[in-house]
Amino acid sequence: MNKYPSWLNALVLAILLAGCLFALPNIYGSVDAVQIADNGGAEYDEAKLDEFVRVVENAGIAPEAAYLQDGRVVIRFDKTEDQEIAGERLKAAYERDANVATTLAPRLPEWIRKLGLNPMSLGLDLRGGVYVLLEVDMATAIDSRMKGYEQDFDDRLRDARIRHRVDLADQLLSIRLTSPEDAEAARTIIERTDPDLLIGDGPDDKSLTVRMSEAQIKERQDFAIEQNLTTLRNRVNQLGVAEPLVQRQGVDRIVVQLPGVQDPNQLKRILTATATLEFRLVDMSGDEPGSRRYPGRGDESSQVLKRQVIASGDQIIDARTGSDQGQPIVSITLDSAAGERMLQTTMDNLNKPMSTVFIESRRETVMRNGVEEQRTVKTEEVINTATIRGVFKNRFQISGLTPAEAYDLALLLRAGALAAPVYTIDERTIGPSLGQDNIDRGFNAIKIGFLAVIVFMAVYYRAFGLIANVALLSNLVFIVAMLSILGASLTLPGIAGIVLTVGMAVDANVLIFERIREELAAGAQPQGAINAGYEKALSSITDANVTTLIAAVVLFAIGTGPVKGFAITLLLGIITSMFTAIVGTRAIVNVLFGGRKLQSLPV
Amino acid sequence: MRLIKTKTSIDFLSPTRRKVALAISALLVIASLVSLATRGLEFGIDFTGGILLEVGYEQPADLEQIRGKLSDAGFEDAQVQLFGRETDVLVRLPPQPEQSAATVRQRLQSTLESAGQKIDLRRVESVSAQVGSELAERGALAMVVALLLIFVYVMVRFQWKFSAGAVAALAHDAIVTVGFFSIFRFPFDLTVVAAVLAVIGYSLNDTVVAFDRIRENFLSLRGVSAEEAMNTSINEMLARTLITGLTTLLVLVALLVLGGESIAPFSIALIVGIIVGTYSSIYTASATALVLNVNPQDLIEPIKNPELIDDLP
Repeated sequence: MNKYPSWLNALVLAILLAGCLFALPNIYGSVDAVQIADNGGAEYDEAKLDEFVRVVENAGIAPEAAYLQDGRVVIRFDKTEDQEIAGERLKAAYERDANVATTLAPRLPEWIRKLGLNPMSLGLDLRGGVYVLLEVDMATAIDSRMKGYEQDFDDRLRDARIRHRVDLADQLLSIRLTSPEDAEAARTIIERTDPDLLIGDGPDDKSLTVRMSEAQIKERQDFAIEQNLTTLRNRVNQLGVAEPLVQRQGVDRIVVQLPGVQDPNQLKRILTATATLEFRLVDMSGDEPGSRRYPGRGDESSQVLKRQVIASGDQIIDARTGSDQGQPIVSITLDSAAGERMLQTTMDNLNKPMSTVFIESRRETVMRNGVEEQRTVKTEEVINTATIRGVFKNRFQISGLTPAEAYDLALLLRAGALAAPVYTIDERTIGPSLGQDNIDRGFNAIKIGFLAVIVFMAVYYRAFGLIANVALLSNLVFIVAMLSILGASLTLPGIAGIVLTVGMAVDANVLIFERIREELAAGAQPQGAINAGYEKALSSITDANVTTLIAAVVLFAIGTGPVKGFAITLLLGIITSMFTAIVGTRAIVNVLFGGRKLQSLPV
Repeated sequence: MRLIKTKTSIDFLSPTRRKVALAISALLVIASLVSLATRGLEFGIDFTGGILLEVGYEQPADLEQIRGKLSDAGFEDAQVQLFGRETDVLVRLPPQPEQSAATVRQRLQSTLESAGQKIDLRRVESVSAQVGSELAERGALAMVVALLLIFVYVMVRFQWKFSAGAVAALAHDAIVTVGFFSIFRFPFDLTVVAAVLAVIGYSLNDTVVAFDRIRENFLSLRGVSAEEAMNTSINEMLARTLITGLTTLLVLVALLVLGGESIAPFSIALIVGIIVGTYSSIYTASATALVLNVNPQDLIEPIKNPELIDDLP
């Protein structure tokens, strides 16, 4: 009686060993390192790895280890000074093509790395860093699309020689025409342009209204979010942060987590900036249709500029800062379509002036009727007006900015424009000292709490208590292993979740052991008591764990941030504790006591 | 080793004791609700929005001086308090609509530094009021959904009277734990919401284990009243209930004492919740089921129309 078949014993042992193996990467700690990733997202190979290592070695520094990971190069160092020098050298040598970030890397031996095993990652509250929650301004995304339609219909109606006036207000286009026939013709033109638009009748039979359908609005919003995610990822990469996280959350939110970053000010300026450029010709006559006056920035004089945009920020494929006679400049490279247009424009307009317009959106809070209201303020300023002296195509330079503005603008133009402005609604910075403090205190609490439980169990249930303690320890190993496999981060509430799981894992064993004691007190034989104890306690344990599991799943599904971190470890802990407390302890009990004649049980 | 002797026969559910327990529970719940209605909760910036700074000083901090400096700089509504240690200070500000978070934080930092001491800015959080109210909504939603699903699970595994008992006990625990935070003005943040949900999970664990034994005894002990069967069950489970509560408390006390100030509210919520939860799984859950006139017949599967089977050819 009370014998597990040997395959089951072997399976329990195998699972335990696997758990130990997956948890193993966590004991090595971390070491200073430099991580290099290609700006274009290309994967590096061995040759490139050797090249980077040579740059480091030429600086007189011997790396502790260097290897490829997920197409990126990681170079580890024994000393922080080495890491700093190597980081600077690499940055200087590869600034144009690669993102060089100083970071911490796990000090894993080669064989563990070769197996593809990784330690669990630590949440921002444990390692320090910046967390920013951004909201995408969807109204502006829709507005800008409607403006596109406004200009488009204006052009098409003019091409069709239909007299008209187009106005845009509250995401609704009103088109006034001179006769019902023209209205019909205009309706046909609009329908042909975009059949999904909703065309309604205006106040009389000579006017039309046009707005976007629900599906179009949804599509536009999804596009705006996706485009913003890509842009934000590019921008974060430009900043040279290792292991950044940029993720969509809900309908219109984006979470950005940057471990190790300590100054959120520059970060936020870069993340939320909408700065972009437009190039327009100066309207010399000053009364062409659609022309409008743009204010000048600082000493720059204001200009009346033509409606047509020659090139805009989203057509810029590269932008670099430099200086020309002490003045900061940005060297611009346009894509081929915009390059062609620039070539044509400069050929046709030699010796005429062209302006560079700097466009930026800001969010402002205003009081309206005693209620706070968020409003987007867009500034468009002429930063530079120059006479076209020669024909040029896709490469040219602009000036008229401060050095800091030139740096940020070049970075923003390289990373791409945001499809819609974003605003910070939640921001947390955790200093590295607090991170370390949290880890130390959290783990200390776990250690002491754990020790107290282990001593108590051993005293109270003797040999069986010790068996339960083995199960508890392996439960901890399994939780760490699962977190490592899933790549989930351990947070402070996560540690609390583990602590709670420890308390609850004990419960299953207490239930079983109390039942065994009851059976013994009722006169059962030791072997029968073990069997009955496990059998009868099972339904209680299952019910209790399933109900807690329900609570954990709900927390995980609905909760955000810290609540989610807590739910993950609780969830994993419940599952692993079911295995260790029921199957694990039974296997040990069976090996120690099963199939023997016993007078009493050490329970 | 034994904490209590193997066979206790305490009459937990005698009509007088039930009344006393009911009175205690009612008192706790009413006190909690009254405090929640009149005093409300000391919501952290997770919920209210605002700016929070945790600052480490090299020497013990002079709070009066810091308050003065902040007030001079225009932050009259700043709350300044020690955070766990003499050298750690927590500064809290309500949302500042006129200024961007970045400006406020820079002004705060320079103000604090001008107090003459070197400071270590350990943590800065700024949450908009809008996010705060959303988090509160989601927390409440999580609580309601969890209770609903648990009700259904217990109903399937046991019977609706047990479900009612379990959910009454859980609601009791949740209300009293939150009420405790209101009465003693402890800061109520997101981690406390997680803790209250964990309390629900734990108390449920306890209640379900007790119900499991009650079901077993309902089916095996023939000819005894529901009250007697429940009493026997609670007595049989007493050692387990206390030991599990004790070991969990051991870990939580370690977390409270050693875990640092940021998880203290979490630990307090769990400690209160587990004490209340242990009490409620003995009294509230069973007493509610008794009030609903639970009896062994409720758990026996009714035989479905035997005549119908006879009629089949």
